[in-house]
Amino acid sequence: MQVSTFVAYLVAAALFILGIRRLRAPETARSGNTLAAIGMVIALVATIFVANIDEALSGIEILAGVLVGSAIGAVAAQRVQMTAMPQMVAAFNGVGGATAALVALSEFYQAEALGAHPETVVASVGVLLSVVIGTISFSGSIIAFTKLQELALTGSVTFPLQQAVNAIIALVILGLAVDVLLGGIILGPLVSLYLILGASALLGVLFVIPIGGADMPIVISLLNSFTGLAAAASGFVLNNYALIISGTLVGASGTILTREMSSALGRPLRKIIFAGITASATDSGGGDDEERPVNDVSAGAVGEYLSDETEKVVIVPGYGLAVAQAQGPMYDLMETLESQGKEVLFGIHPVAGRMPGHMNVLLTEAGVPYEKLYDLEDINPELEDADAAIVVGANDVVNPAANDPEQDTPISGMPILEVDQADRVIFVKRSLSPGFAGIDNPLFYDTEKTMMLFSDAKQGLQEIVEAVKNG
Amino acid sequence: MGALLAQLAIFVVAAFLGFELISRVPSLLHTPLMSATNAIHGIVLVGAVISLAAASDSFTTIVGLIAVVFGAMNVVGGFWVTNRMLSMFRPPVKKVKKRKG
Repeated sequence: MQVSTFVAYLVAAALFILGIRRLRAPETARSGNTLAAIGMVIALVATIFVANIDEALSGIEILAGVLVGSAIGAVAAQRVQMTAMPQMVAAFNGVGGATAALVALSEFYQAEALGAHPETVVASVGVLLSVVIGTISFSGSIIAFTKLQELALTGSVTFPLQQAVNAIIALVILGLAVDVLLGGIILGPLVSLYLILGASALLGVLFVIPIGGADMPIVISLLNSFTGLAAAASGFVLNNYALIISGTLVGASGTILTREMSSALGRPLRKIIFAGITASATDSGGGDDEERPVNDVSAGAVGEYLSDETEKVVIVPGYGLAVAQAQGPMYDLMETLESQGKEVLFGIHPVAGRMPGHMNVLLTEAGVPYEKLYDLEDINPELEDADAAIVVGANDVVNPAANDPEQDTPISGMPILEVDQADRVIFVKRSLSPGFAGIDNPLFYDTEKTMMLFSDAKQGLQEIVEAVKNG
Repeated sequence: MGALLAQLAIFVVAAFLGFELISRVPSLLHTPLMSATNAIHGIVLVGAVISLAAASDSFTTIVGLIAVVFGAMNVVGGFWVTNRMLSMFRPPVKKVKKRKG
């Protein structure tokens, strides 16, 4: 490697590190992202100028490939709705994992079938790790995408002996890997590698399908760090320092981020990964279909109550708000209530909107001032002296069942927003259907405390705003 | 052998750095941070470019080309989407600890 390339890679790595550092605080986060992007351009330019491009043809291919990929990425990133952000991240992570696996596959094929360069044990181990981890990340991310997009497989999908099946597949991969390292004494090295590719793809799918939607952010974060490790493994294959440093950096920081996320949600990682499997055994909730009475009210009644009886209102927005694009009416409601001299706060659960920080993005976009957004720890004390809590399109994050030691549910142990501490709880919800995690909420049936307004979030909020103005 | 040892040393140092780099991140930045590191592992595009440049038959060319397209999607899409998320935080960013209850 030329010295200039090496220096460029070091500069890029330094910019990545600085960028991640700046991403830890809201004030500097955006510049951190820009720094990291600059680092990426430097690494790429340095590579293109020194890569062994002997024919003009591969130069054109490289340029065309980069342009096409960039265009797809840019258009997708620009056009995606803010509400669909989590699955977009999953998709980009998936293609990254696939890239690492393909690079390793290509290098191995070069060495094995074309004899372009001698293969070493180190390179083969790198190839194996990159193919296995990269492919798991790819297929796992695709499943995460389909779950979040609600195309298929939403909720926890389980089948008998799931863990045993996973273990067998892992053993098969291990056996095939040994075959590759021994030079293919059983199946031939390339055949073994192709089989590993297929088995890893299957393992990625099986790894993610039992995990419920509520835990998807944590899974995506975990797969993100997998892709980092796959990139680092490719770096060992190619003897490329940029890949080793940056891939490892992401792999390690991604692991810590995953742990921080799961502890912010009070969900130990092990429990998430095996939660779906154990939950199916006990089959929580959804058992009794009998009608239970609820306090079904009109928007007018809600508006009247808010106007006449409240001083302090806490609004808890959830995914339903995002889906209905009801951020605007939500803002109107805040303004209307404030114009009547009431205090309005927003309680944002860490996973509101399916990913940490997602709801903050949506509400700031609608114009809600930053300082009105309270996180979990700050809002729970406020709820105690709130006159009303308005829950819009949310269920799991306010479900007291999460704190009920009697029940074993997929959300057990998750910290919740304690809306039941407020004098009244008003749900704006389309139906009684349980939320993303699929657990019934006992608060719905507390007819003393709870008002249920069955409506689309947007329409419901608009009607409440009218009613408050007239009340 | 010397090169491998150097690579392993870099791997270990980078791993410790990565572990230390993330601590006490406010939860509202979890998604952008994940998304940004997601873009950074797009560095594997560099590997894809090297691989495609060395491609010597149709199989390696096709595999390399797909890898380059995917890698570029990861990089550009990743940084772009992170930037869009973070642009939402810009307006009156305030650091002052919120009132006490």
